[in-house]
Amino acid sequence: MAPHSNVKDHSRTTSDHRSALLEIRSLSKSFTGVQALNAVSLQVNKGEIHALLGENGAGKSTLIKVLTGVHPRDEGDIKLDGRAIHARDSGHAQQLGISTVYQEVNLIPSMSVTENLTLQQQEKSFGLINWKKADARARALLARVGLENIDPSRQLDRYSIAIQQLIAIARALSNEAKLLILDEPTASLDASEIKQLFSLMTQLKNQGMGIIFVTHFLDQVYDITDVITVLRNGECVGTFPTASLSRSDLVSHMVGKSLDDLATSSDHQATGKPQNTLLTMQCVGKQRFLHPLDLTIHAGEIVGVAGLLGSGRTELCELAYGSTKPDQGLITLQPESSAKPTAEPTSLIQKSLRQTIQSGMGYCPEDRKLDGIVAELSIRENMILALQASKGWWRSIAMSEQKKLVDDMIKRLAIKTPDMDKPVGELSGGNQQKVILARWLITHPKLLILDEPTRGIDIGAHHEIIQIMQELCEQGMGLLVASSELEELVMFAHRVVVMKDHHKVAELRGSNVSEQAILHTIAS
Amino acid sequence: MIDIRPPIKATNMKKHHALQHLLKRLQKQPKTLAPFVSLLLILSVTALITPGFLEIKFVNGHLYGSLIDILHRGTPTALVALGMAVVIGTRGIDLSVGAVIAISGAVTAVLTVNTDWPVWIVIACALGSGLVCGLWNGLLVSIFNIQPIVATLILMVAGRGIAQMITEGQIVTFHSTALNAIGNEFFLAFPIRVWIALGMIILTIVVMRKTSLGLFIEAVGANVRASRLVGIEARLLVLSAYIFSGFCAALSGIIIAADIRGADANNAGLWLELDAILAVVLAGASLAGGRIYLGLTIIGVLIIQTLTTAILTSGLPVQYNLVVKATIILAVLLIQSPTTRQWLSKRFQSKRRQNPKKGQNSTSSQNHGRADQ
Repeated sequence: MAPHSNVKDHSRTTSDHRSALLEIRSLSKSFTGVQALNAVSLQVNKGEIHALLGENGAGKSTLIKVLTGVHPRDEGDIKLDGRAIHARDSGHAQQLGISTVYQEVNLIPSMSVTENLTLQQQEKSFGLINWKKADARARALLARVGLENIDPSRQLDRYSIAIQQLIAIARALSNEAKLLILDEPTASLDASEIKQLFSLMTQLKNQGMGIIFVTHFLDQVYDITDVITVLRNGECVGTFPTASLSRSDLVSHMVGKSLDDLATSSDHQATGKPQNTLLTMQCVGKQRFLHPLDLTIHAGEIVGVAGLLGSGRTELCELAYGSTKPDQGLITLQPESSAKPTAEPTSLIQKSLRQTIQSGMGYCPEDRKLDGIVAELSIRENMILALQASKGWWRSIAMSEQKKLVDDMIKRLAIKTPDMDKPVGELSGGNQQKVILARWLITHPKLLILDEPTRGIDIGAHHEIIQIMQELCEQGMGLLVASSELEELVMFAHRVVVMKDHHKVAELRGSNVSEQAILHTIAS
Repeated sequence: MIDIRPPIKATNMKKHHALQHLLKRLQKQPKTLAPFVSLLLILSVTALITPGFLEIKFVNGHLYGSLIDILHRGTPTALVALGMAVVIGTRGIDLSVGAVIAISGAVTAVLTVNTDWPVWIVIACALGSGLVCGLWNGLLVSIFNIQPIVATLILMVAGRGIAQMITEGQIVTFHSTALNAIGNEFFLAFPIRVWIALGMIILTIVVMRKTSLGLFIEAVGANVRASRLVGIEARLLVLSAYIFSGFCAALSGIIIAADIRGADANNAGLWLELDAILAVVLAGASLAGGRIYLGLTIIGVLIIQTLTTAILTSGLPVQYNLVVKATIILAVLLIQSPTTRQWLSKRFQSKRRQNPKKGQNSTSSQNHGRADQ
């Protein structure tokens, strides 16, 4: 029923602008000198899915945190259903009718669905937990999100991430919920799971709930939302009906500049002159990990790795870098004097990661939080970590040199931070990604492997990171870039390796590099 | 006028700048302030209760007084805490240090009594026993991947047994002028053992901060996966951390044995591991690994030792000692807890926000807020 009622509902909401659910008037918030929100006004109506978009640092998360009482506001009014509200914390916000679901599922994987759902408020009889009642309540909550056929007594991690996300929503939806905030709920979902989530959102919207939807995926914005509000640098750029805002206009609103320059840079497909070979992988594979494959990367070339989730993109990156050691094949990296083809190339499989780094490789992993940043260490410490590790602990880089290196990188990559001693964990996703990039650039690598370099970061930082990659490539660096975003991959890659079921199924080059060709290869 | 002005302005600016810098640093790391303030508070309260607590006398070229006594008695804990801090930085813990103290004390005593080896060889053997103990712990943790608390628990239990076997179940007393000097004599007005500890502290801080060892240990403790990907080999670091901790404990054991001129396998360094862990935590480190604060750890040791000494000198009945000590340490930890800090800063912020514009917007919105609640 969902897709049909969607259209009808949309007309209702647009005509029914009087039934405002949430009204925010000139809300301001600053953190020690940084104006995170500057007189932002926003209105969400009943039965409306409202996209909240903006770059990292635009103020989306601050807005949500102020709304849910995590941060106190400096100025401004928030009205829910015509009444001014002052949430003290997220629990209080939920009582008032604002429910929030964050990107990372905040549930406990090793506990049952019922335990997760009734954690905040147990069903008790005579002071003891009544599991029958608890199960019944869990079922009722699950029914609200359309998960009737879930067994609530099973352990949560038996279910897919998508189901877990829906269960998280079920928990967030208390009976008083009037407004649901979804903060990037789709980041870890695949297409069919997203469909499932969207049908739930449509259902809730038809019940008259207001939904604020934060996402980085523009397709989804056009698929599901009625209204778009764009924030930039803590200010509200404007609120637009989704139907009448073109994609390019939306992007220019978000970035604050037009996307024309992004479009023109996509004509550089053909590799210019033949380049020196940097990395050669011969028959490299690992049992139950990746089927053996061949791959060559030249200096001054970006090789893209495409494929669906679980196709072996990340596995290829890990084997190439050596963080997972292949059990067969040969990997060689051309040494410094690559002018002489006879020079002995370095074989990498037997070498430690430190030696690999010393010979000129770098690797930005897919999971930034888990494998990339060391959150509690400072920006400076994070940036020099790889160079220092390759030098060894006893040859410490002088503090003055560290500061210079880091300062240069902060400027070169336009990292937004008041100072270099701030813990990296406090930066936004895009800036964290830049810190990791900087960590490798400081080591002057010949070859950089990037796994999903633009995941989970906003469109502006996207653009910047792609630009950086292209600059590095022009300076003669070789890049191996795995990405799930074909549109982007096609734009910057000179060659694309297509992965499917842990096999390399094709290598597209030159004019063959197109989204269509990749999809065709995957589908065939 | 114009000629004179600029220099004044410049010095003012300079002063102002330095002050600002200091304030900024404190604002960024308010954590570092808490141990200092706690120590000063405890010292001043004790000084009020016990007159003459802060007095230091200079007799025969030696300093005497409660403060010197605190330094003297705090030495073994300080050494153990130093090793403990490094281990905790790697996301580990070393429960065996008390037992290692007993072993090294036993080695010292038995070798002094049973052989006529020069004292430096005896000391080297005792330190070597600590290194071996540390190696054992380190192997269990880094090679066999046993959880640190379990791995070191083994030696915590077995170590005292080993010490008893070395001393054959006796309390072995000995006489050695050199060891006696380490235990109780003075050099340049201060006890020799304080100089030893100071040297060890400075050496550790220099090695940790002037090389990148500290950075690597903190990186491995905070995120071992990310550290591996940048080429930091965690195993060797973790192994060395436990070896270092064993060494520190052994040094502490020698001092304790030298102090009482004997080795008591059952009681030497008993529960010292807990004081050491407490000192590291008082300094603001987390048992989940990552950032450690060596200098502040020593302040933590001084807090614990000051409390012990202060309670003893205050004339409080002995049976109250442990409870009073625990209560005060609990108070210090509560002050440091992030929850308290958040609560305090929230209160402070909301007060500051409401004060300047009383009677304007804020009052009306507050009323709404109240009605809503």
